[in-house]
This record gives sequence, structure tokens and C-alpha cells, in this order.
Amino acid sequence: MSTIAQKRGFASTIWDYLTTVDHKKIAILYLIAGGIFFLMGGIEAMMIRAQLAVPNNDFVSAGLYNELLTMHGTTMIFLAAMPLLLGFMNAVMPLQIGARDVAFPFVNALGFWLFFFGGLFLNLSWFLGGAPDAGWTSYASLSLASEGHGIDFYALGLQISGFGTLMGGINFLVTIINMRAPGMTYMRMPLFTWTTFVASALILFAFPPLTASIFMLSFDRMFGANFFNVAAGGNTIIWEHFFWIFGHPEVYILILPAFGIFSEIFSTFSRKRLFGYSSMVFATVLIGFLGFMVWAHHMFTVGLGPVANAIFAVATMAIAVPTGIKIFNWLLTIWGGSIKFTVPMLYAVAFIPSFVAGGVTGIMQAVAPADYQYHDTYFIVAHFHYVIVGGVVFALLAGVHFYWPKMFGTMLSEKIGKFTFVFFFIGFHLTFFIQHFLGLMGMPRRVWTFLPGQGLDAGNLISSIGAAFMAIGVILLLLNVVITSVKNERVGNDPWEDGRTLEWAIPSPPPFYNFKQLPLVRGLDAYWLEKMEGKTTLTPAEPIGDIHMPNGSFTPFVISLGLFIAAFGAMYHVDDKAWAIPVLIGGLAITFGAMAYRSIKDDHGFHIHKEDLMDDDNEDKGVKA
Amino acid sequence: MVNNQSNSNNPRLNYDFRRKKNAEGMRIQVATFTLMIFFTVVSFVAVAADFSKWFVIPFILLLAVVQVGFQLYYFMHMSEKGHEAPSLFMWSGITVAFVTVLAFMTIIWW
Repeated sequence: MSTIAQKRGFASTIWDYLTTVDHKKIAILYLIAGGIFFLMGGIEAMMIRAQLAVPNNDFVSAGLYNELLTMHGTTMIFLAAMPLLLGFMNAVMPLQIGARDVAFPFVNALGFWLFFFGGLFLNLSWFLGGAPDAGWTSYASLSLASEGHGIDFYALGLQISGFGTLMGGINFLVTIINMRAPGMTYMRMPLFTWTTFVASALILFAFPPLTASIFMLSFDRMFGANFFNVAAGGNTIIWEHFFWIFGHPEVYILILPAFGIFSEIFSTFSRKRLFGYSSMVFATVLIGFLGFMVWAHHMFTVGLGPVANAIFAVATMAIAVPTGIKIFNWLLTIWGGSIKFTVPMLYAVAFIPSFVAGGVTGIMQAVAPADYQYHDTYFIVAHFHYVIVGGVVFALLAGVHFYWPKMFGTMLSEKIGKFTFVFFFIGFHLTFFIQHFLGLMGMPRRVWTFLPGQGLDAGNLISSIGAAFMAIGVILLLLNVVITSVKNERVGNDPWEDGRTLEWAIPSPPPFYNFKQLPLVRGLDAYWLEKMEGKTTLTPAEPIGDIHMPNGSFTPFVISLGLFIAAFGAMYHVDDKAWAIPVLIGGLAITFGAMAYRSIKDDHGFHIHKEDLMDDDNEDKGVKA
Repeated sequence: MVNNQSNSNNPRLNYDFRRKKNAEGMRIQVATFTLMIFFTVVSFVAVAADFSKWFVIPFILLLAVVQVGFQLYYFMHMSEKGHEAPSLFMWSGITVAFVTVLAFMTIIWW
């Protein structure tokens, strides 16, 4: 899976990835780490479904079940879906706007390592006395009452990985605002870049409330504060508000990039310009804006009163409008197109009805009085899996197949890919469709087991069988990756033959400087425009000159490692361990020491000289030799 | 300053224009600075004059908002070309923070 075809030792490859600041390699790191967490979250889901397959089951204990469902949700949202999307953003967005890297390559690496160590810390809870068990929302009174260190792992792990995500978001914003190639105006940006932009803005505004609330939770649990402790004058509802002020934009942080991936796929494989491009941009921005006005719809049953409930119900329903605009635009993009049903296109086509089903149940829940009936039942579980699996996970799987050649230079097998799709698609609907009815029949969420003879047996069994189908789909995908990597058949610049945007004009994988000359962008779908005029390369916007590149650095790893160590100190401080405070201080010293080292030491990077670029007269490299 | 940037090596290029522009900028800055000092004096006077707190508190808050606007738009040049993105993000952030605080004031501590 090396990105450049040259022989090098295993250790040197590892060192290369530990110190890399190249957005393409960081993307691969995100993909690997996010993929591993995705598998862990998947195994947790399998155990949940195994427990619920038959009534009165004792496959896992009630306590372990709570840990499994908490870690499944937390892992899938924070450690799988979001990092995998950040991986695609890293891999594709700089190429789509014609940039040589992101604005802050060092911060990009730091963001990855913070996420990685945060995720590692959270998952170490399995081995160090019990995982968090208060649900992924970790509502305050419950999480304060939780014994052991589970919730401490949750608070500290998410805090560290949240820093990383926030940095990633800011980095992408600065990159898109400042580093677009000449001629790439805002309204010529590919839709995946637009959705990355809006999702990054949401990260910028949504993560600070999470950071603040997790700090309060950490201090409540570890340092004797009373923010959420009602008995001591705190207010437990504050956590719920903060969590959902973050949590609702969070689901748009997940779904918007997914929309972006699908928009690219629809126009590529319908071989048509995206229908209603400007309305798509408008809808994306509007969804991002409205995403901040609806958080209390998660709290209709808290007792906010009829006025607050009515306001948030109406705001929630309003989001269906821009989403509907998008759905119709996709349909009209396909309409009359010259369609190719590749694996990514299959996912994209399957996404529309699946996501609409999730959206419709969302509107049902937006009706506050009706929500009293749905609240905390399997109906909710079915709804959010329909939007997150039917939207985000489908997009991730589609994106893996679609961008694999650009990231690794080989094509995943289309044949195995279609089997993956069939198993996953059938498994998904089998698992979650029936859960709507289980919920309406009164099965509550987050229950460890259920009694026989209440009409829930068959539905739960069907649901568990569906989960097994999804597992088969994922295993086939892994197999596909292994087979493709072993075969190692290299592909050219534009392996799908219908690439529209800049990334398909450069080699797969791109050279580490991406573009030998920055391209001149003459309209939306820049590469497609050039191809329609009979050219195979982009028009360069500059003569060949020296390229300034950043040096690799091990510092991001050390900064993140310091926080990882400090987190152990903060956590075991509760147990009055003598070593806890020194470890906390030591870890912070490592972090701040590494930051000081980075600030004091000048690192000006290096230049690739013009002569070296000229020698290399491979026509495919960069824009044009 | 932003409007002094030029991609020419000739220091005399647009000299008169830049000079005029800077003079105008300075005039506005001095005027705003005077106004800001005046606002500060007015708010102190409002407190010292012992008006009802239902007048004084909103009044001072209003002056504060205007001052922040002056600071951003005249001292930090947010009105000039090239500041659209920071301006957009600052206003978005202010909106989100405002909605959050408003919600907390109205539906948590009821």
C-alpha cells in the first residue's frame, strides 16, 4: 500500500507515517485508524444483536450490555464515521481545489494523532476496569452516578480526540478560503469541497460546547465540582443542552460530507453536470445554519414547555426543505444521464430511498406531541440508523470504492464490490426496517433483554439476522482490499474514465507535491471542461518553478502522547494514587515542552527545485510538463 | 495596512491615492476614538447620576455593542476588502453564541 513505488524497509515506512505531514498520507492514517475503530464498533453491534436475538438471553450480562451499547455509539460516531470522513476530506479536498497541501500541514498531523490517542484511551477502558456505560449521550445525573472509571475514560478520551477534530475543521476552513487554484471561485468548487467547507464550519462552532460540557463533566467527576449535581445547587439539564447544541450539528457534520461524496458520484456516473449546482450549495449552507437551531428536539420530553417545544418542532421540520431540494437535484442529475452502474453508483442510488425513509421518520419525530410516544423506543433507533447507516455509512463505502484508485493507485474489484453492496444493503434494511415496528409496539431503547410472548421475538430475530448480513458485507470488503493490494494492478490518472474534477487529472496516487504547476480553473468540473475540448491535461496557471514543501515532524505525535499520559494521571487522581498528580503534570510537561520546541525551533521546510521537476518529463505528473 | 499592499516595486505607484486613503483612514480612526472615549464617559455618568438600573444596564450594554462594532470595523478594518470570510465567521459565531445564551436564559433557568 505504499504511495510511491519504491523499495523501502518496513521500519522506515512506519517512521515515514509517524512523522508525515502530507495530507495524502494523513488521509491513509485516518482511513486505517477509522477503519479499525469501525470494525470494533461493528463487533460491539454484533454482540448487541446476538444478545437480543432471542428473548431472555444471557449472552452478555446487563452491565456489559450497557458498556457495549455506549461504546458502540461513541465509537461509531466519534472514532469511525467522523475520522473516516476527515480521511476523505484530507485525501480529496486539497486535490479538488488544486492545492499542494492543506494550509497547516503540521496541525493536520497533530489533529490526526490527537484523535488517535483519544480513541486509544477511550478503548483502553475495556482492559482497565470497565468501559463507559451511560450511553453515548452520557446524560449527567446517570454518568455522575456511574461507578468505576468508565465515564472518566469517556470524558478524557473524547476531550483529546475532540481537540484533534476541531483542529482538522479549522485547517480545512483556512485551506478552502485561501488555497484555491487560480480561477477556482467559490461557485466553481466541487460539491464535496463545499460540503467539507460547511461541515468544517459546523465543527468550528459545535465542538466548543462539547469541549465545555466535557470539561464540566470531568471536573464534576474527578475534581469535586458540582456543575450538574442538583443536590449541591447544580443543574443536570445543562449537560443535555450543551450535549445537543453540539450533538445536533454533529449529525450534520457527518451527513454533509456524505452528501458531497454522493454528489460527486451522481454526476460522474450519470456523466452529467450536477443538476442545480447553486441550489445544492444554498441547501448545504442552509442545512448547516438550521442545524444550530433545532437541538432541543432531542429533549421534547424533558419538560421545556409547549412554547419551546413548538418552536423547535417547527425549526426541525424546516430542515426537510433544503434536504428535499438536494434529493430532487440528485434525481434530476440521474434523469437523462448516461448512467454507469459501478459500485459507488449502486450505493448512491440505494442511498436515496434509504435516506428518505430516515428523513420521513425524522419529520414524524419532529411533531412534539407524537414524539412523546416514540421517545426512547426502537423507533428512534431505527430512525437514526436509517440516516446514519443509509446516509453516512453508504457514503463511506461508496467513497472507499470511488476514491480507492486515487488514494492507492489500484482499483477495488467491482465484482466483489457488488457482492459487498448486496449483502450490506439487504442486511441494513433487514436489521433496521423491522425496528420501526418493534418501537411502535413498545420495545424501549437500551434494554438488555426482553420477555418472550410479547410480540417482539420474531422482529428481534429478523433484525439480528440482518446484522449478520451486514457483517458478511464488511468482511467481503476487507477481502477485496487484501486481494486488490496483493494483485497491485496500477491504474492511470482517470480510472473511472469520467472524472470531472481536478483530482482525476493527476496520477493515482498523486506525486507528493500534487501539482507540478497549479492548474487554471475555467469553470465548474474543470477537468471535464478540458476533456470536452479534446485535451488530456489541465491548462497550467504558472510556469514551472521551485515548489516549497514542509518537512516531516515527529512533534505532533509527542504532543498527543503527552496528553494521553496526562489523562491517566487525571483519571487515577480520583483513587488517591500517589503517582497520579506527577503523571498528570509530567504528561502536560511533555505536551507543552513539545509545543515550545515547535515554536522556538525554526523549520522553513525545503524546496523541490525547478530542474528536478523539469528532468521528470513524465506527461502525467502534475499539470503539464 | 491592507490598502498599502502593492505588487509593484515602484514605491511611487499610486502614491497620491494611497496617501489620500491613509489620511481618510486616520481621520475616521481619530473620530471613532473620540466617540469611544465619549461613550465611556457617558456610561460612567449614567451610573453616577443614579438612574434606574432598568435604564442603566441596557444602556451600557448598547454602548458596549456599538463600541465592539467600532473596534471591529474601524480599528481592525473589517469593512475593507478581503475581510469577508473572517466577518462571516465572526457573525455566525456571535449568532450561535447568542441563540445558546438566549435559550439558556429562557428555557433552563425558568
